[in-house]
Amino acid sequence: MSELLIDNVSRIFPGARRRAPTRALEPTNLTIPDNDFVTIIGPSGCGKSTLLRLVAGLDQPTTGQILLNGIPVSEPGPDRGMVFQSYTLFPWLTVADNIAFGLREKGTPVHQRTAIVREWLVRIDLVSFEHHYPKQLSGGMQQRTAIARALANDPAILLLDEPFGALDNQTRALMQELLLDIWERERKTVLFVTHDIEEAIFLASRVVVMTARPGRIKADVRIDLPHPRRYTIKTSPEFSALKARLTEEIRAEVVLADTADRMS
Amino acid sequence: MKPLTPISNTVRLGLGILFFVLFFAVWGYATFAGYVSKTFLADPLTMIEEGWLLLTKHGFLGDIGITIWRVVGGFVLAALVAIPIGILMGAYKPIEAFFEPFVSFARYLPASAFIPLLILWAGIGELQKLLVIFIGSVFQIVLMVAVTVATVRRDLVEAAMTLGARDRGILTRVLIPASAPDIAEILRLVLGWAWTYVIVAELIGSSSGIGHMITDSQALLATGQIIFGIIVIGVIGLISDFLFKWGNRQLFPWSLA
Repeated sequence: MSELLIDNVSRIFPGARRRAPTRALEPTNLTIPDNDFVTIIGPSGCGKSTLLRLVAGLDQPTTGQILLNGIPVSEPGPDRGMVFQSYTLFPWLTVADNIAFGLREKGTPVHQRTAIVREWLVRIDLVSFEHHYPKQLSGGMQQRTAIARALANDPAILLLDEPFGALDNQTRALMQELLLDIWERERKTVLFVTHDIEEAIFLASRVVVMTARPGRIKADVRIDLPHPRRYTIKTSPEFSALKARLTEEIRAEVVLADTADRMS
Repeated sequence: MKPLTPISNTVRLGLGILFFVLFFAVWGYATFAGYVSKTFLADPLTMIEEGWLLLTKHGFLGDIGITIWRVVGGFVLAALVAIPIGILMGAYKPIEAFFEPFVSFARYLPASAFIPLLILWAGIGELQKLLVIFIGSVFQIVLMVAVTVATVRRDLVEAAMTLGARDRGILTRVLIPASAPDIAEILRLVLGWAWTYVIVAELIGSSSGIGHMITDSQALLATGQIIFGIIVIGVIGLISDFLFKWGNRQLFPWSLA
């Protein structure tokens, strides 16, 4: 069982050199039950990445607390795997060694480690690249490896911060299917930040919409599209209806954010 | 010629050699044609002749050997002390705050100015030579390594943390491997500077080594020998540079594009 409880969490960044502090995230409440796939969308600068970093323990909330299975989050840990937008594979390690990083840190015995790494190499279809260095891989391959690296650790929850943001459209679509495929099999709890509405709907069992800065949760929409999902679902009427609705929600925020930017 | 346009390897090599050819041509013209007196500047042929005599008759190879030994010895000692301190300074801010002001100050102390003092303390033996090179290199390496380690990509460190790495893991499995190629590059650079210190150390109070030969030759007005000595230093520098680059390529294949 793994339940994530975000309780009244806010984040205010102190202003540098007597500037006003930045309210990145208004007090936010969110409960994510086991096996849920939640995507968070919102205009840029709405605090969605801040929220993710708080859950990861890479940043500390100004108020409130985050509980994972009832235990407060205070620092980063292997129970919360994270995939970043920037390519963060360790350039000095091969694909296989990158996937094994967390297992080595945990002290998993070698034979067990090798077995887990092999399994993930198969699943992300990079067996023939196991001895390659990250520099020799395409962006899509690197992010696949990053997902495998996080999941090989068997975390309670997987956090993804716009992981496909830097990829081209075709690769991005393939990656979405791969991730969904993994989720359908592993049933991990997933928290996925993106600004792509289509991606948010396609992947999620729940889409959380955030407002322009200061960030706040504006809508929480269940996505009841059937599983397993294929890319063809993106052209179905249900999908289009959801997309129209969420586009409307976001649009209002983007307009707001833009005006706020011009006024400041 | 267009800005930043790459050239082929043959052209690159050819142009590199062309410079040396022109250099020797100008030198030869100035000396053979008698524009410069032989007392002050030997011509290229005399230089080669005197160099040959140095190597075959005067045991110059021994001098070269002893100079290399001093540079490498002092440099290795400096690296052994400086790299761990630099890494710790880069990784831990309190350690940086403790060492940084002193090292920044000490780095500007000219190693050559220590020679009289070191002669007083350590005599004119090998220890004094090693110390000159040590002082000249150690502070530079400390500071440069500290900066390199401190500027390791933050997102790599964060990725390691979310994978369960603790302080020790972050140091040994992220910060050190991430900065290793740059540290090797720093060593290559500082080794070049160490060569200038050793010669200065040998010019003053020494009975062997390339620098000593150069001072001796000055007394004999043997400019050919002096130039030969300088060229030998350059060639050794070139070789060590090449070896370093080759070694780095072997050690860190992942950092190549």
